[in-house]
Amino acid sequence: MGLLVVALGAALVLAPLLWMLSTSLKAEGMVMLIPPQWIPDPIRWRNYFDAFEFMNGITVYRNTITVTAVSMVGQLLASTLVAFGFSRVQAPGRDKLFILVLAGLMLPYQVTLIPQFSLFRKMGWVDTLLPLVVPAFAGGPFFIFLVRQFFLSIPLEMDDAARIDGCGYFGIYWRIILPLSRPVLGVVAIQTFMNQWNDFMRPLIFLHSSRNYTVALALRSFTADYGMTPWHLLMAASLTALVPCIVLFFMAQRYFIQGIVVTGMKG
Amino acid sequence: MSTVGWLTRGLGMSASRRRNWIAFFLFISPWLIGHAIFTWGPIVVSAWLSLTEYDLVNSPTFVGLDNYKELFLSRLFWQSLKVTFYYTFGAVPLSVMGALSVATLLNQKIPGLSLWRTVFYLPVVTSGVAVALLWSWIFQPSYGLVNIALYEVFGIQGPAWFFDESWAIPAFIIMSLWGIGGPMLIYLAGLQGIPTQLYEAAEIDGATGIHKFRHITLPLITPVIFYNAVMSLIGSFQVFTQSFVITQGGPNYASYFYVLYLYQNAFQYFRMGYASALAWILFCIILVATIVMFRLSNRWVYYETVG
Repeated sequence: MGLLVVALGAALVLAPLLWMLSTSLKAEGMVMLIPPQWIPDPIRWRNYFDAFEFMNGITVYRNTITVTAVSMVGQLLASTLVAFGFSRVQAPGRDKLFILVLAGLMLPYQVTLIPQFSLFRKMGWVDTLLPLVVPAFAGGPFFIFLVRQFFLSIPLEMDDAARIDGCGYFGIYWRIILPLSRPVLGVVAIQTFMNQWNDFMRPLIFLHSSRNYTVALALRSFTADYGMTPWHLLMAASLTALVPCIVLFFMAQRYFIQGIVVTGMKG
Repeated sequence: MSTVGWLTRGLGMSASRRRNWIAFFLFISPWLIGHAIFTWGPIVVSAWLSLTEYDLVNSPTFVGLDNYKELFLSRLFWQSLKVTFYYTFGAVPLSVMGALSVATLLNQKIPGLSLWRTVFYLPVVTSGVAVALLWSWIFQPSYGLVNIALYEVFGIQGPAWFFDESWAIPAFIIMSLWGIGGPMLIYLAGLQGIPTQLYEAAEIDGATGIHKFRHITLPLITPVIFYNAVMSLIGSFQVFTQSFVITQGGPNYASYFYVLYLYQNAFQYFRMGYASALAWILFCIILVATIVMFRLSNRWVYYETVG
Protein backbone atom coordinates (compact mmCIF):
# COMPACT_ATOMS: atom_id res chain seq x y z
CA MET A 1 0.00 0.00 0.00
CA GLY A 2 2.70 2.43 1.06
CA LEU A 3 4.79 1.34 -1.89
CA LEU A 4 1.91 1.99 -4.27
CA VAL A 5 1.47 5.56 -3.00
CA VAL A 6 5.20 6.20 -3.21
CA ALA A 7 5.35 4.84 -6.76
CA LEU A 8 2.40 7.01 -7.77
CA GLY A 9 4.06 10.06 -6.23
CA ALA A 10 7.31 9.24 -8.02
CA ALA A 11 5.42 8.99 -11.31
CA LEU A 12 3.89 12.44 -10.69
CA VAL A 13 7.33 13.85 -9.92
CA LEU A 14 8.93 12.36 -13.01
CA ALA A 15 6.10 13.14 -15.44
CA PRO A 16 7.09 16.79 -16.02
CA LEU A 17 10.67 15.81 -16.85
CA LEU A 18 9.56 13.05 -19.21
CA TRP A 19 7.07 15.42 -20.81
CA MET A 20 9.91 17.87 -21.30
CA LEU A 21 12.07 15.21 -22.94
CA SER A 22 9.20 14.07 -25.14
CA THR A 23 8.34 17.59 -26.31
CA SER A 24 11.99 18.36 -27.02
CA LEU A 25 12.15 15.54 -29.58
CA LYS A 26 9.00 16.42 -31.52
CA ALA A 27 8.66 18.08 -34.89
CA GLU A 28 7.00 21.49 -34.66
CA GLY A 29 3.52 20.35 -35.74
CA MET A 30 3.54 17.28 -33.47
CA VAL A 31 3.69 19.41 -30.32
CA MET A 32 0.04 20.40 -30.60
CA LEU A 33 -1.23 16.88 -31.25
CA ILE A 34 -4.10 15.62 -29.04
CA PRO A 35 -3.91 13.01 -27.60
CA PRO A 36 -0.18 13.64 -27.26
CA GLN A 37 2.48 11.15 -28.29
CA TRP A 38 4.78 10.32 -25.38
CA ILE A 39 7.27 8.71 -27.74
CA PRO A 40 7.43 11.03 -30.74
CA ASP A 41 7.44 9.63 -34.23
CA PRO A 42 9.68 10.67 -35.89
CA ILE A 43 12.22 11.51 -33.20
CA ARG A 44 13.83 14.82 -34.06
CA TRP A 45 17.27 15.13 -32.47
CA ARG A 46 17.88 18.17 -34.65
CA ASN A 47 15.82 20.30 -32.23
CA TYR A 48 18.81 20.28 -29.89
CA PHE A 49 21.12 21.69 -32.55
CA ASP A 50 18.54 24.23 -33.70
CA ALA A 51 17.91 25.38 -30.16
CA PHE A 52 21.61 25.57 -29.39
CA GLU A 53 22.19 27.67 -32.47
CA PHE A 54 19.19 29.91 -31.84
CA MET A 55 20.24 30.76 -28.30
CA ASN A 56 23.81 31.41 -29.43
CA GLY A 57 24.85 28.34 -27.47
CA ILE A 58 28.63 28.62 -27.72
CA THR A 59 28.72 32.13 -26.30
CA VAL A 60 26.13 31.69 -23.55
CA TYR A 61 27.53 28.38 -22.36
CA ARG A 62 31.03 29.80 -22.35
CA ASN A 63 29.80 32.73 -20.23
CA THR A 64 27.89 30.50 -17.84
CA ILE A 65 30.78 28.07 -17.42
CA THR A 66 33.16 30.98 -16.79
CA VAL A 67 30.90 32.54 -14.17
CA THR A 68 30.27 29.21 -12.47
CA ALA A 69 33.89 28.02 -12.45
CA VAL A 70 35.38 31.31 -11.25
CA SER A 71 32.72 31.64 -8.54
CA MET A 72 33.45 28.13 -7.33
CA VAL A 73 37.17 28.90 -7.01
CA GLY A 74 36.41 32.17 -5.25
CA GLN A 75 33.88 30.68 -2.88
CA LEU A 76 36.10 27.70 -2.00
CA LEU A 77 39.13 29.90 -1.30
CA ALA A 78 37.33 32.63 0.60
CA SER A 79 35.05 30.45 2.70
CA THR A 80 37.88 28.15 3.80
CA LEU A 81 40.34 30.98 4.57
CA VAL A 82 37.78 32.90 6.59
CA ALA A 83 36.50 29.77 8.32
CA PHE A 84 40.10 28.86 9.22
CA GLY A 85 40.58 32.27 10.81
CA PHE A 86 37.37 31.89 12.79
CA SER A 87 38.08 28.36 13.98
CA ARG A 88 41.82 27.78 14.35
CA VAL A 89 43.55 31.10 14.98
CA GLN A 90 43.30 32.45 18.55
CA ALA A 91 42.51 36.14 18.60
CA PRO A 92 40.67 38.30 21.12
CA GLY A 93 37.10 39.11 20.10
CA ARG A 94 37.08 36.41 17.44
CA ASP A 95 33.78 34.84 18.42
CA LYS A 96 32.10 38.20 18.82
CA LEU A 97 33.11 39.10 15.29
CA PHE A 98 31.69 35.80 14.09
CA ILE A 99 28.23 36.97 15.15
CA LEU A 100 28.59 39.62 12.47
CA VAL A 101 29.18 36.85 9.91
CA LEU A 102 25.98 35.16 11.05
CA ALA A 103 24.10 38.46 10.90
CA GLY A 104 24.79 38.43 7.15
CA LEU A 105 22.64 35.30 6.93
CA MET A 106 19.53 37.11 8.12
CA LEU A 107 19.61 39.72 5.41
CA PRO A 108 17.50 39.28 2.29
CA TYR A 109 19.72 40.01 -0.72
CA GLN A 110 17.18 42.49 -2.09
CA VAL A 111 18.31 45.02 0.52
CA THR A 112 21.86 45.26 -0.81
CA LEU A 113 21.01 44.78 -4.49
CA ILE A 114 20.32 48.40 -5.39
CA PRO A 115 23.43 49.95 -3.79
CA GLN A 116 25.47 47.13 -5.31
CA PHE A 117 24.09 47.92 -8.73
CA SER A 118 24.86 51.59 -8.30
CA LEU A 119 28.38 50.72 -7.10
CA PHE A 120 29.10 48.37 -10.00
CA ARG A 121 27.73 50.96 -12.38
CA LYS A 122 30.17 53.57 -11.10
CA MET A 123 33.02 51.08 -11.45
CA GLY A 124 32.01 50.38 -15.06
CA TRP A 125 31.33 46.72 -14.28
CA VAL A 126 27.74 46.65 -15.50
CA ASP A 127 27.39 44.49 -18.61
CA THR A 128 30.49 42.49 -17.71
CA LEU A 129 30.69 39.18 -15.87
CA LEU A 130 32.54 40.76 -12.93
CA PRO A 131 29.49 41.57 -10.72
CA LEU A 132 28.53 37.89 -10.92
CA VAL A 133 31.90 36.48 -9.84
CA VAL A 134 33.73 39.03 -7.67
CA PRO A 135 31.35 38.83 -4.66
CA ALA A 136 32.11 35.10 -4.43
CA PHE A 137 35.65 36.01 -3.37
CA ALA A 138 34.23 37.62 -0.23
CA GLY A 139 32.86 34.27 0.95
CA GLY A 140 29.17 33.63 1.50
CA PRO A 141 28.21 33.86 5.22
CA PHE A 142 26.43 30.57 4.98
CA PHE A 143 29.40 28.71 3.50
CA ILE A 144 31.75 30.29 6.04
CA PHE A 145 29.47 29.03 8.79
CA LEU A 146 29.28 25.56 7.28
CA VAL A 147 33.04 25.22 6.77
CA ARG A 148 33.81 26.62 10.22
CA GLN A 149 31.57 23.99 11.82
CA PHE A 150 33.48 21.33 9.94
CA PHE A 151 36.90 22.74 10.87
CA LEU A 152 35.90 22.83 14.54
CA SER A 153 35.41 19.07 14.40
CA ILE A 154 39.08 18.48 13.43
CA PRO A 155 41.22 17.90 16.56
CA LEU A 156 43.51 20.82 17.46
CA GLU A 157 46.38 18.37 18.10
CA MET A 158 46.76 18.16 14.32
CA ASP A 159 47.76 21.82 14.29
CA ASP A 160 50.19 21.40 17.17
CA ALA A 161 51.88 18.46 15.49
CA ALA A 162 52.23 20.42 12.26
CA ARG A 163 53.59 23.43 14.13
CA ILE A 164 56.30 21.29 15.72
CA ASP A 165 57.19 20.18 12.19
CA GLY A 166 57.68 23.84 11.32
CA CYS A 167 54.37 24.70 9.66
CA GLY A 168 53.01 28.24 9.97
CA TYR A 169 49.30 29.03 9.91
CA PHE A 170 49.14 28.95 6.15
CA GLY A 171 50.93 25.61 6.04
CA ILE A 172 48.45 24.18 8.54
CA TYR A 173 45.57 25.52 6.45
CA TRP A 174 46.88 24.27 3.14
CA ARG A 175 48.56 20.99 4.04
CA ILE A 176 46.62 19.74 7.05
CA ILE A 177 43.13 21.18 7.23
CA LEU A 178 42.14 21.41 3.57
CA PRO A 179 43.06 17.81 2.69
CA LEU A 180 40.97 16.64 5.66
CA SER A 181 37.97 18.70 4.60
CA ARG A 182 37.00 17.15 1.30
CA PRO A 183 33.39 16.42 2.30
CA VAL A 184 32.63 20.02 3.21
CA LEU A 185 34.56 21.37 0.21
CA GLY A 186 32.39 19.16 -1.96
CA VAL A 187 29.24 20.62 -0.43
CA VAL A 188 30.46 24.20 -0.95
CA ALA A 189 31.55 23.51 -4.54
CA ILE A 190 28.28 21.87 -5.50
CA GLN A 191 26.03 24.43 -3.83
CA THR A 192 27.97 27.25 -5.51
CA PHE A 193 27.70 25.49 -8.85
CA MET A 194 23.94 25.12 -8.48
CA ASN A 195 23.44 28.70 -7.32
CA GLN A 196 25.48 30.23 -10.13
CA TRP A 197 24.33 27.94 -12.92
CA ASN A 198 20.67 28.61 -12.19
CA ASP A 199 20.90 32.23 -11.08
CA PHE A 200 18.56 34.51 -12.96
CA MET A 201 18.04 37.79 -11.14
CA ARG A 202 21.66 38.90 -11.02
CA PRO A 203 22.42 38.18 -14.69
CA LEU A 204 19.13 39.87 -15.58
CA ILE A 205 20.17 43.00 -13.72
CA PHE A 206 23.86 43.15 -14.53
CA LEU A 207 24.11 41.84 -18.11
CA HIS A 208 22.58 43.80 -20.96
CA SER A 209 24.11 42.86 -24.30
CA SER A 210 23.41 39.42 -25.68
CA ARG A 211 27.08 38.55 -26.09
CA ASN A 212 27.36 38.56 -22.30
CA TYR A 213 24.22 36.51 -21.64
CA THR A 214 24.27 33.43 -19.46
CA VAL A 215 22.17 30.39 -20.30
CA ALA A 216 19.36 31.47 -17.95
CA LEU A 217 19.00 34.78 -19.80
CA ALA A 218 19.29 33.25 -23.26
CA LEU A 219 16.49 30.78 -22.52
CA ARG A 220 14.13 33.68 -22.19
CA SER A 221 14.88 34.93 -25.69
CA PHE A 222 12.87 32.05 -27.20
CA THR A 223 9.59 33.44 -25.95
CA ALA A 224 10.52 37.04 -26.62
CA ASP A 225 11.94 36.78 -30.15
CA TYR A 226 9.73 34.14 -31.72
CA GLY A 227 6.12 35.12 -32.46
CA MET A 228 4.54 31.93 -31.19
CA THR A 229 6.43 30.01 -28.53
CA PRO A 230 8.40 27.18 -30.20
CA TRP A 231 7.81 24.71 -27.37
CA HIS A 232 9.85 21.91 -28.97
CA LEU A 233 12.97 24.11 -29.21
CA LEU A 234 12.34 25.73 -25.85
CA MET A 235 12.12 22.35 -24.11
CA ALA A 236 15.26 21.14 -25.91
CA ALA A 237 17.15 24.21 -24.73
CA SER A 238 15.77 24.02 -21.18
CA LEU A 239 16.56 20.34 -20.84
CA THR A 240 20.10 20.96 -22.10
CA ALA A 241 20.50 23.61 -19.41
CA LEU A 242 19.33 21.18 -16.72
CA VAL A 243 21.51 18.26 -17.82
CA PRO A 244 24.73 19.42 -16.08
CA CYS A 245 22.85 19.75 -12.77
CA ILE A 246 21.23 16.36 -13.15
CA VAL A 247 24.48 14.65 -14.15
CA LEU A 248 26.31 16.31 -11.26
CA PHE A 249 23.57 15.15 -8.92
CA PHE A 250 23.93 11.53 -9.97
CA MET A 251 27.72 11.72 -9.77
CA ALA A 252 27.87 13.38 -6.37
CA GLN A 253 24.60 12.47 -4.68
CA ARG A 254 26.35 12.04 -1.35
CA TYR A 255 27.43 15.69 -1.29
CA PHE A 256 24.00 16.95 -2.29
CA ILE A 257 22.32 14.95 0.43
CA GLN A 258 24.89 15.96 3.04
CA GLY A 259 24.50 19.54 1.93
CA ILE A 260 20.75 19.54 2.21
CA VAL A 261 20.68 17.71 5.50
CA VAL A 262 23.28 19.96 7.09
CA THR A 263 21.97 23.12 5.56
CA GLY A 264 18.36 22.42 4.79
CA MET A 265 18.69 24.85 1.96
CA LYS A 266 17.69 24.36 -1.60
CA GLY A 267 20.54 24.32 -4.09
CA MET B 1 31.94 51.23 16.83
CA SER B 2 34.53 49.88 19.21
CA THR B 3 36.71 48.71 16.32
CA VAL B 4 39.32 51.38 16.92
CA GLY B 5 39.68 50.60 20.61
CA TRP B 6 39.81 46.99 19.68
CA LEU B 7 42.52 47.56 17.07
CA THR B 8 44.73 49.52 19.47
CA ARG B 9 44.45 46.74 22.01
CA GLY B 10 46.65 44.78 19.64
CA LEU B 11 49.55 47.15 20.33
CA GLY B 12 49.91 46.12 23.95
CA MET B 13 50.15 42.43 23.14
CA SER B 14 53.07 40.06 23.41
CA ALA B 15 54.89 39.24 20.16
CA SER B 16 53.31 35.83 19.69
CA ARG B 17 49.81 37.05 20.48
CA ARG B 18 50.29 39.92 18.07
CA ARG B 19 51.39 37.45 15.40
CA ASN B 20 48.22 35.42 15.98
CA TRP B 21 46.19 38.52 15.79
CA ILE B 22 47.70 39.59 12.46
CA ALA B 23 47.27 36.06 11.07
CA PHE B 24 43.62 36.14 12.14
CA PHE B 25 43.00 39.34 10.24
CA LEU B 26 44.80 38.06 7.16
CA PHE B 27 42.69 34.91 7.11
CA ILE B 28 39.39 36.71 7.53
CA SER B 29 40.35 39.58 5.22
CA PRO B 30 38.32 38.27 2.22
CA TRP B 31 35.21 38.44 4.39
CA LEU B 32 36.21 41.64 6.18
CA ILE B 33 36.97 43.60 3.02
CA GLY B 34 34.46 41.89 0.75
CA HIS B 35 31.51 42.27 3.05
CA ALA B 36 32.39 45.83 3.96
CA ILE B 37 32.09 46.60 0.24
CA PHE B 38 29.28 44.27 -0.82
CA THR B 39 27.14 43.98 2.32
CA TRP B 40 27.63 46.40 5.18
CA GLY B 41 28.32 49.45 3.05
CA PRO B 42 25.31 48.77 0.80
CA ILE B 43 23.07 48.31 3.86
CA VAL B 44 23.86 51.80 5.06
CA VAL B 45 23.50 53.21 1.53
CA SER B 46 20.23 51.33 1.03
CA ALA B 47 18.76 52.76 4.23
CA TRP B 48 19.75 56.26 3.11
CA LEU B 49 18.51 55.73 -0.46
CA SER B 50 15.10 54.70 0.87
CA LEU B 51 14.78 58.30 2.10
CA THR B 52 15.62 59.79 -1.29
CA GLU B 53 14.52 60.00 -4.86
CA TYR B 54 17.21 58.48 -7.06
CA ASP B 55 17.17 57.55 -10.76
CA LEU B 56 20.87 56.57 -11.16
CA VAL B 57 21.51 59.55 -13.46
CA ASN B 58 20.88 62.51 -11.15
CA SER B 59 22.25 62.44 -7.64
CA PRO B 60 19.80 61.38 -4.90
CA THR B 61 17.53 64.07 -3.43
CA PHE B 62 16.40 63.70 0.16
CA VAL B 63 12.63 63.33 0.50
CA GLY B 64 12.32 62.09 4.08
CA LEU B 65 9.68 59.42 4.58
CA ASP B 66 7.86 60.19 1.32
CA ASN B 67 8.71 56.83 -0.25
CA TYR B 68 7.23 54.99 2.70
CA LYS B 69 4.15 57.19 2.65
CA GLU B 70 3.69 56.62 -1.09
CA LEU B 71 4.11 52.91 -0.70
CA PHE B 72 1.35 52.61 1.88
CA LEU B 73 -1.00 54.53 -0.40
CA SER B 74 -0.07 52.54 -3.51
CA ARG B 75 -2.65 50.08 -4.78
CA LEU B 76 0.04 47.95 -6.43
CA PHE B 77 2.00 47.66 -3.18
CA TRP B 78 -1.01 46.15 -1.43
CA GLN B 79 -1.80 43.99 -4.44
CA SER B 80 1.75 42.57 -4.47
CA LEU B 81 1.54 41.91 -0.74
CA LYS B 82 -1.81 40.20 -1.17
CA VAL B 83 -0.45 37.99 -3.96
CA THR B 84 2.65 37.09 -1.95
CA PHE B 85 0.69 36.26 1.21
CA TYR B 86 -1.85 34.21 -0.74
CA TYR B 87 0.96 32.20 -2.28
CA THR B 88 2.74 31.83 1.08
CA PHE B 89 -0.36 30.60 2.92
CA GLY B 90 -0.92 28.03 0.18
CA ALA B 91 2.59 26.88 -0.53
CA VAL B 92 4.12 26.74 2.96
CA PRO B 93 1.58 24.46 4.72
CA LEU B 94 1.17 22.24 1.67
CA SER B 95 4.89 21.74 1.16
CA VAL B 96 5.52 21.19 4.88
CA MET B 97 2.76 18.57 5.11
CA GLY B 98 3.41 17.01 1.71
CA ALA B 99 7.10 16.56 2.41
CA LEU B 100 6.39 15.04 5.83
CA SER B 101 3.89 12.59 4.33
CA VAL B 102 6.33 11.42 1.67
CA ALA B 103 9.17 11.15 4.20
CA THR B 104 6.98 9.13 6.59
CA LEU B 105 6.00 6.76 3.79
CA LEU B 106 9.62 6.33 2.72
CA ASN B 107 10.62 5.65 6.31
CA GLN B 108 8.36 2.54 6.49
CA LYS B 109 11.21 0.26 5.33
CA ILE B 110 9.97 0.44 1.77
CA PRO B 111 12.09 -1.49 -0.75
CA GLY B 112 14.33 0.72 -2.89
CA LEU B 113 14.52 3.65 -0.46
CA SER B 114 17.55 5.25 -2.11
CA LEU B 115 15.92 5.04 -5.55
CA TRP B 116 12.71 6.76 -4.37
CA ARG B 117 14.70 9.32 -2.45
CA THR B 118 16.64 10.15 -5.61
CA VAL B 119 13.47 10.47 -7.68
CA PHE B 120 11.77 12.81 -5.20
CA TYR B 121 14.88 14.88 -4.79
CA LEU B 122 15.59 15.19 -8.53
CA PRO B 123 13.36 18.26 -9.14
CA VAL B 124 15.22 20.14 -6.42
CA VAL B 125 18.47 20.10 -8.41
CA THR B 126 16.66 21.57 -11.39
CA SER B 127 15.67 25.14 -10.81
CA GLY B 128 15.56 28.60 -12.29
CA VAL B 129 14.43 29.66 -15.72
CA ALA B 130 14.45 26.20 -17.34
CA VAL B 131 12.00 24.91 -14.73
CA ALA B 132 9.80 27.99 -14.99
CA LEU B 133 9.60 27.46 -18.76
CA LEU B 134 8.82 23.78 -18.28
CA TRP B 135 5.88 24.61 -16.02
CA SER B 136 4.52 27.27 -18.31
CA TRP B 137 4.40 24.53 -20.97
CA ILE B 138 2.83 21.99 -18.59
CA PHE B 139 0.09 24.48 -17.64
CA GLN B 140 -0.40 25.68 -21.21
CA PRO B 141 -4.24 25.82 -21.52
CA SER B 142 -4.82 23.88 -24.75
CA TYR B 143 -1.83 21.57 -25.23
CA GLY B 144 -0.24 21.39 -21.80
CA LEU B 145 0.14 18.13 -19.92
CA VAL B 146 -2.12 19.09 -17.01
CA ASN B 147 -5.17 20.06 -19.03
CA ILE B 148 -4.76 17.14 -21.42
CA ALA B 149 -4.61 14.77 -18.45
CA LEU B 150 -7.63 16.43 -16.81
CA TYR B 151 -9.60 16.01 -20.02
CA GLU B 152 -8.47 12.51 -20.97
CA VAL B 153 -8.74 11.01 -17.49
CA PHE B 154 -11.57 12.91 -15.82
CA GLY B 155 -13.34 14.53 -18.73
CA ILE B 156 -12.84 17.96 -17.13
CA GLN B 157 -12.09 21.06 -19.15
CA GLY B 158 -9.16 22.51 -17.17
CA PRO B 159 -8.80 26.24 -16.42
CA ALA B 160 -6.42 28.53 -18.29
CA TRP B 161 -4.03 28.44 -15.27
CA PHE B 162 -1.41 31.17 -15.72
CA PHE B 163 -3.77 33.05 -18.04
CA ASP B 164 -6.64 33.06 -15.55
CA GLU B 165 -6.76 35.57 -12.70
CA SER B 166 -8.10 33.09 -10.17
CA TRP B 167 -5.93 30.12 -11.22
CA ALA B 168 -2.51 31.76 -11.62
CA ILE B 169 -1.51 31.56 -7.96
CA PRO B 170 -2.82 28.00 -7.48
CA ALA B 171 -0.69 27.05 -10.49
CA PHE B 172 2.38 28.61 -8.83
CA ILE B 173 1.58 26.73 -5.62
CA ILE B 174 1.30 23.39 -7.44
CA MET B 175 4.56 24.16 -9.18
CA SER B 176 6.27 24.81 -5.82
CA LEU B 177 5.15 21.40 -4.57
CA TRP B 178 7.34 19.80 -7.19
CA GLY B 179 10.28 20.81 -4.99
CA ILE B 180 9.19 19.06 -1.77
CA GLY B 181 12.18 16.72 -2.14
CA GLY B 182 14.33 19.25 -0.25
CA PRO B 183 12.33 19.37 3.00
CA MET B 184 11.56 15.67 2.55
CA LEU B 185 15.25 14.81 2.88
CA ILE B 186 15.52 16.83 6.07
CA TYR B 187 12.48 15.04 7.51
CA LEU B 188 13.99 11.70 6.57
CA ALA B 189 17.17 12.55 8.46
CA GLY B 190 15.01 13.59 11.44
CA LEU B 191 12.85 10.47 11.29
CA GLN B 192 15.88 8.22 11.18
CA GLY B 193 17.14 9.89 14.33
CA ILE B 194 14.13 8.77 16.39
CA PRO B 195 15.21 5.88 18.67
CA THR B 196 13.48 2.65 17.66
CA GLN B 197 13.09 1.66 21.33
CA LEU B 198 10.33 4.24 21.60
CA TYR B 199 8.32 2.48 18.92
CA GLU B 200 9.04 -0.93 20.38
CA ALA B 201 7.88 0.19 23.80
CA ALA B 202 4.71 1.63 22.27
CA GLU B 203 4.04 -1.63 20.41
CA ILE B 204 4.22 -3.56 23.68
CA ASP B 205 1.55 -1.20 24.99
CA GLY B 206 -0.53 -2.06 21.93
CA ALA B 207 -0.12 1.14 19.90
CA THR B 208 -1.12 1.04 16.24
CA GLY B 209 0.55 2.83 13.31
CA ILE B 210 -1.59 5.94 13.66
CA HIS B 211 -1.01 6.14 17.42
CA LYS B 212 2.72 5.76 17.00
CA PHE B 213 2.77 8.54 14.43
CA ARG B 214 0.57 10.82 16.53
CA HIS B 215 2.29 10.28 19.88
CA ILE B 216 5.91 9.51 19.01
CA THR B 217 6.86 10.61 15.49
CA LEU B 218 4.97 13.86 15.35
CA PRO B 219 6.12 15.32 18.70
CA LEU B 220 9.73 14.34 18.08
CA ILE B 221 9.76 15.73 14.56
CA THR B 222 8.25 19.13 15.46
CA PRO B 223 11.64 20.91 15.53
CA VAL B 224 12.22 19.79 11.93
CA ILE B 225 8.71 20.84 10.91
CA PHE B 226 9.37 24.21 12.45
CA TYR B 227 12.71 24.58 10.66
CA ASN B 228 11.23 23.63 7.28
CA ALA B 229 8.28 25.97 7.79
CA VAL B 230 10.54 28.95 8.55
CA MET B 231 12.81 28.23 5.56
CA SER B 232 9.90 27.75 3.21
CA LEU B 233 8.28 30.94 4.50
CA ILE B 234 11.41 33.01 3.89
CA GLY B 235 11.75 31.53 0.40
CA SER B 236 8.15 32.18 -0.56
CA PHE B 237 8.40 35.89 0.28
CA GLN B 238 11.25 36.14 -2.20
CA VAL B 239 9.68 34.46 -5.25
CA PHE B 240 10.88 36.18 -8.39
CA THR B 241 12.15 34.05 -11.30
CA GLN B 242 8.92 32.07 -11.80
CA SER B 243 6.69 35.12 -11.84
CA PHE B 244 9.05 37.12 -14.05
CA VAL B 245 9.49 34.35 -16.61
CA ILE B 246 5.98 32.88 -16.71
CA THR B 247 3.44 35.64 -16.12
CA GLN B 248 5.27 38.96 -15.69
CA GLY B 249 2.84 39.50 -12.82
CA GLY B 250 -0.26 39.06 -14.93
CA PRO B 251 -3.03 38.53 -15.80
CA ASN B 252 -4.21 41.86 -14.40
CA TYR B 253 -1.64 41.74 -11.53
CA ALA B 254 -3.04 38.43 -10.28
CA SER B 255 0.50 37.05 -9.83
CA TYR B 256 2.28 40.31 -9.13
CA PHE B 257 4.73 39.02 -6.49
CA TYR B 258 6.37 41.46 -4.11
CA VAL B 259 9.94 41.06 -5.41
CA LEU B 260 8.69 41.50 -8.97
CA TYR B 261 7.18 44.82 -7.90
CA LEU B 262 10.50 45.75 -6.32
CA TYR B 263 12.45 44.70 -9.43
CA GLN B 264 10.23 46.68 -11.78
CA ASN B 265 10.50 49.85 -9.71
CA ALA B 266 14.26 49.57 -9.46
CA PHE B 267 15.33 48.31 -12.85
CA GLN B 268 12.50 49.18 -15.22
CA TYR B 269 11.29 52.53 -13.84
CA PHE B 270 14.63 53.37 -12.18
CA ARG B 271 12.97 54.46 -8.96
CA MET B 272 15.88 53.36 -6.80
CA GLY B 273 14.76 55.23 -3.68
CA TYR B 274 11.26 53.80 -3.76
CA ALA B 275 12.59 50.31 -4.48
CA SER B 276 15.01 50.58 -1.53
CA ALA B 277 12.06 51.41 0.71
CA LEU B 278 10.32 48.31 -0.65
CA ALA B 279 13.41 46.23 0.16
CA TRP B 280 13.40 47.43 3.77
CA ILE B 281 9.71 46.68 4.14
CA LEU B 282 10.45 43.18 2.84
CA PHE B 283 13.22 42.82 5.40
CA CYS B 284 10.82 43.86 8.17
CA ILE B 285 8.11 41.47 6.98
CA ILE B 286 10.50 38.52 6.93
CA LEU B 287 11.90 39.50 10.32
CA VAL B 288 8.48 39.88 11.91
CA ALA B 289 7.19 36.65 10.35
CA THR B 290 10.21 34.76 11.65
CA ILE B 291 9.88 36.24 15.14
CA VAL B 292 6.16 35.41 15.22
CA MET B 293 6.91 31.84 14.19
CA PHE B 294 9.53 31.52 16.90
CA ARG B 295 7.10 32.89 19.49
CA LEU B 296 4.35 30.51 18.42
CA SER B 297 6.81 27.63 18.34
CA ASN B 298 6.83 27.40 22.17
CA ARG B 299 3.29 26.10 21.96
CA TRP B 300 3.89 23.19 19.65
CA VAL B 301 7.58 22.50 19.09
CA TYR B 302 9.01 19.85 21.40
CA TYR B 303 12.69 20.08 22.29
CA GLU B 304 14.26 17.25 24.16
CA THR B 305 16.20 18.69 27.06
CA VAL B 306 19.67 17.33 27.56
CA GLY B 307 20.56 15.69 30.90
